[in-house]
Amino acid sequence: MSAERPDALRIEHLDVVYRVGRRDRRVLTDLSLAIRRGESYGLVGESGCGKSTAAFAAIGYLARNGRVSSGRIRVDGHDLATLSAAELRRLRTESVAMVYQDPGRALNPSLKIGRQMAEVFEIAEGLSGGAALARAGEMLTRVQIASPERVLDNYPHEISGGMQQRVIIAMALSTDPTLLILDEPTTGLDATVEAEVLDLVGRLHAELDNSILFISHNLPVVARMCDRVGVLYAGELVEEGPAASVFRDPRHPYTVGLMRCVPAFGRRKDQGRLETIPGFLPAPGSVVGRCIFADRCGNATDRCRREAPPLQDLGGRLARCFYPERAQDLPRESGAGAGPASAGAAGRGAAGPRPGGETARPLLRIRNLSKTYQVSGKLLQAVHQVGIDLAAGETLGLVGESGSGKSSLAKLLLGLSVPDGGGEIELAGEALAGRAHDRSSAQLKALQMVFQNPGSALNRSQTVRRLIGRSLRLVGLFGRAREARLGELAASVRLTPRHLDEKPRQLSGGLKQRVGIARAFAGGPKVVVCDEPTSALDVSVQSAILNLLLDLQRQQQVSYIFISHDLNVVHYVSDRIAVLYLGRLLQIGPSEAVFRGPHHPYTEALLSANPGLEGPAMKRIRLTGELPSALKLPSGCPFHTRCPRKLGEICERQEPPLLPAGEGHAIRCHIPAAELRRLQAGEGEQP
Amino acid sequence: MSEGTAAPRSLARERWRVALRSATLLTGLAILGFWVVCALFGARIAPQDPYADNLLATLAPPSAAHLFGTDQLGRDILSRVIIGARDILIVAPLATLLGTVLGTSLGLAIGYLRGPLDDLVSRVIEAVQALPLVIVALMALAAVGTSNDTVVLVIGFVFTPLIARTVRSAVLVESDLDYVPAARLRGDGALAIMFIEILPNVLPIVAVEMTVRLGYAIFFVASLSFIGFGIQPPSADWGIAIAENYSLIGSYWWTVVFDAGATASLVIGVNLVTDGLASVFET
Repeated sequence: MSAERPDALRIEHLDVVYRVGRRDRRVLTDLSLAIRRGESYGLVGESGCGKSTAAFAAIGYLARNGRVSSGRIRVDGHDLATLSAAELRRLRTESVAMVYQDPGRALNPSLKIGRQMAEVFEIAEGLSGGAALARAGEMLTRVQIASPERVLDNYPHEISGGMQQRVIIAMALSTDPTLLILDEPTTGLDATVEAEVLDLVGRLHAELDNSILFISHNLPVVARMCDRVGVLYAGELVEEGPAASVFRDPRHPYTVGLMRCVPAFGRRKDQGRLETIPGFLPAPGSVVGRCIFADRCGNATDRCRREAPPLQDLGGRLARCFYPERAQDLPRESGAGAGPASAGAAGRGAAGPRPGGETARPLLRIRNLSKTYQVSGKLLQAVHQVGIDLAAGETLGLVGESGSGKSSLAKLLLGLSVPDGGGEIELAGEALAGRAHDRSSAQLKALQMVFQNPGSALNRSQTVRRLIGRSLRLVGLFGRAREARLGELAASVRLTPRHLDEKPRQLSGGLKQRVGIARAFAGGPKVVVCDEPTSALDVSVQSAILNLLLDLQRQQQVSYIFISHDLNVVHYVSDRIAVLYLGRLLQIGPSEAVFRGPHHPYTEALLSANPGLEGPAMKRIRLTGELPSALKLPSGCPFHTRCPRKLGEICERQEPPLLPAGEGHAIRCHIPAAELRRLQAGEGEQP
Repeated sequence: MSEGTAAPRSLARERWRVALRSATLLTGLAILGFWVVCALFGARIAPQDPYADNLLATLAPPSAAHLFGTDQLGRDILSRVIIGARDILIVAPLATLLGTVLGTSLGLAIGYLRGPLDDLVSRVIEAVQALPLVIVALMALAAVGTSNDTVVLVIGFVFTPLIARTVRSAVLVESDLDYVPAARLRGDGALAIMFIEILPNVLPIVAVEMTVRLGYAIFFVASLSFIGFGIQPPSADWGIAIAENYSLIGSYWWTVVFDAGATASLVIGVNLVTDGLASVFET
C-alpha cells in the first residue's frame, strides 16, 4: 500500500449532539481517530458510550435529531461536510458499507436473497438481471456459502441467522468498499456461528485489504479481530493503541475496570468475586472541566476533579488520564482469591453431597423429561428424555446453542409448559404437577425464575413496590409485615427506597434485573432458574449481577439452574454443567471435569469457539453444516451430521448412551471417554 | 450502560405535556365540551322554549327573533339544536361504554386464554363484521321495540365484537411478554393476570378504541333516529329533525342545515379527540 493514499476514515475533533426536547445533548466529544488502509480498528465500550453514533456519523447518516456540531470527517479523503447529497450517495454506494447487528432485520423479508443482492450490482455497476444475479452467486461463494444457487432462491426467513449475516457481509463487500463498518456483527449469534462469522471476516480482511471499523462491546472478540482499538467512555475516547498492547497493558483505569469485569477463562466463583465498576455512567454532556471517569475511578485525585486530562501520547498509544502508569494499580473491590465467595464453596460442600456421589436424595430430581410440540402436523422434539439431579446450594450450568432446548427445559421445570407423559420432576422428594397452576403455593415459592430480558419480565404499569409486593402475597404476608419484608428484599438486591416508587421505565437494565431477582427471592426459593440473566446487560453490570446472585446463593443455600451461552460466565458460576444439543443431554458433570475434558465432540467445538482475552485457549474446531431442524432429527446420534470426530456408520444408526467418564461425569458418545481424552490431548493442549 | 443513568421523567407527566400541547386534542375537547354543556344546561341556555309551537310563525327564516329560524310547527330551531344534544349525548356514550366493557372483557379472555374458545369467538366476530351493522341494529330494535334503553343495549352489543377484536390483538402482544409467565409463577389465576396484569397495559388502546366507537355511536344513533328507530319524538333530536324536514331543504334550508351541522361537528369533535389521544399514547 502506498503511503500517499488517504486514510480510509479520518475523524478529527468530532462533536456530535442530539437534540432532546429543547436541549442539545452532546454524545461525542472531541473524537479523533484514523483508520489506515487495510487496517482493522475496534471501537469498544458499553452501551450508551457513543459507539454506534460514531459509526453513523462516519457515513453521514445520523438520526434526524443528531448533528455534527464541530469537527471533520473524511472518508477515503472526502470531507463529508463538503459533499453534495448526490456525492454522499455515491460515496455510500462505492466507498463504505455497513453490517448491522441484527441480520434478520437488515434483509427485506419479502424479497428473495438473489433479488436483494442483484440490486446492489444493478445500482453500483449497472448490470442487468442475469449478470447481476451471477455476480451475487460469486459473492456468496466468496463468503463460503456452499450452495449459492439454493440460498439465492431463498427468502431471508428460510436461512439461519449465521447464513443471513454472511449474506449481509457478501452484500457489503460486493462493491469492494474502502471502509467496512461492522456494528456488533455477531452479537445475536450463537458461539459456534459467531466464531465462524469472525473467521470469515478475518479471512476476507486478509484477502481484500479493506479497512474495517469493528464496533463491539465484547472485548475478547475485538482483541481477536483488530489491529488497533479505541475505548470509548461517555462519548470520549479514553484510550487508543495497538490491540495487543491495550489488552495486555491497559493505561486507562476504565479499560482496566472493563477487562476485570469479564470473568477470565477458567475462573471460578470460589476464586473470589468479580470486579465491578462502581458508580454510574454520567448523562451525556453533564461532565465539564474535569475527568469524565473521575467519579468512578479508584485512582482519581483532586487534580482529576478540577481539570480535564488531555489525550496523552504514550509513544504509539494514547490515554486520556493524568496517571496512565498507575492504571493497573487501580484498587480492587475485593482482595483477589480470598473473596468471601470461597466460603460459599465450603458451605456448599457441607450442605449438599458431592455431585455424582449418589448418597443423599437430590433437591431437584428430573427423570425422563420430554416435550414434543406439534408443528403443522409434524412432531418437534424440543426436549428428549432429559434426566438431571440438582443438590441444595448447587449451580447447574445449562449450555447449548439456540434451539438446543435450554429454555424449553426451563419452562418444563417451572410448569410453564406441560411435559409429555412419563416424565418426572421431583422437588425435595415431592412430585411436581406438570402445570404451575396445579402446584401448591409452597412448591411455587420454592421454584422461581429470573428472566433474560428484565424489560419484558417486569410489568411496565406497576411500580417496583407493587412488582415485588405482589410476589409477597404468595408468601402470605400482608400489611406492615409485607412492607418490612419488601424493604429487606429491596436492600438485599441493593435497591434504594427511592427506587420502590419508580416504574420499570425509569430504571436502567441492571436495576430492572435486580427487581427481577428480588421478585424471584420473595418467597425464599429453593431453586431459581436463571435464563441468560445477564445477556442483555453490559459487562460491568453483568459482573455486579453475578456477584449478587452468588451472594444470595451463599446466604440462602439456593440452587441455580443457570442458562447462558457465555461459557466463561457459566464456568464461573457453575458447580456442574450440562450440555444440550437438539433437546438431548450430550454431556453432564462437574464443571471442572467438563472444561478439562474429556469433552463430547460438541462441547469441544463450543469450547474452542469461546473467545477469551488470553488468546485462543485451544485449537479452533470448525463445525461444518447447519444445526439440523428439530423437525427432521438426524438418525442415530443427533450430532453426527456436524461431528468432526464421527466414527462412521454406527453414529448414523444408533444413538449412543450417556456413558460415565469418571468423577460423576457422563458423555453421550460412541467414542469411549479414554479415547476422547487421548484424541483431545493430542491436538488441543492448552497453553 | 451503567446501573443508574438519569431516570427519565415519569410516563404520565410526559403524556400530560404532549396532551397540553396537542392542538388536535384541545380543539376536539373544546367542541365536545361545548355540546356537553348544551346537553347539561340546555334548558337554561336555550333562548326560547324548544317545545313551544307557534303556528303563526312556521318555517320562518333566520332572523333576530329566531337566529336559526323556525320549523314546520314554528318552534325555535336554535333552542331545539341546543336541547337536541341531550339525548344523543346520553345514548351514544352509554352504548359505547357498554360495548367497551363487554368488548374489553371478551377481548382479554380470548386473547389470553387462546385455544378453541378463541377460534370460535374470533370466527363469530368476523361473521358479525361482515354484516351491515345498521341493518342488524334495525332488526334487533324492530324485535325488542325501540326506546333509549334498547338503543343503548343494541348498539352496545353490536360494538362488543368490534372492540373485542382490537383488544384481543393488543392482548396477544402482551401475553408474549415475560411478565405473564412471571405472574403465573407466583400462582396468579387467569382472572388476576387478565385484569390486574394485562389490562392496565392495554388501557391506552382501549381508550382510543372507545373514542373511535363513540364517534361511530353518535353517527349510529343519529342514523337510527333518522329512520325512526332511535330517539323517539317528542324529544328534540337532530336526527329526527333532519328526517322531518329533509324534503323541505330546497326552500327552507335552515330546517335541516343546523341540525346536520350539529351532528357533524359532534362527530368531528370526537374524532379530533381520538386522534389527539392516539398521539398522546404514542409517547
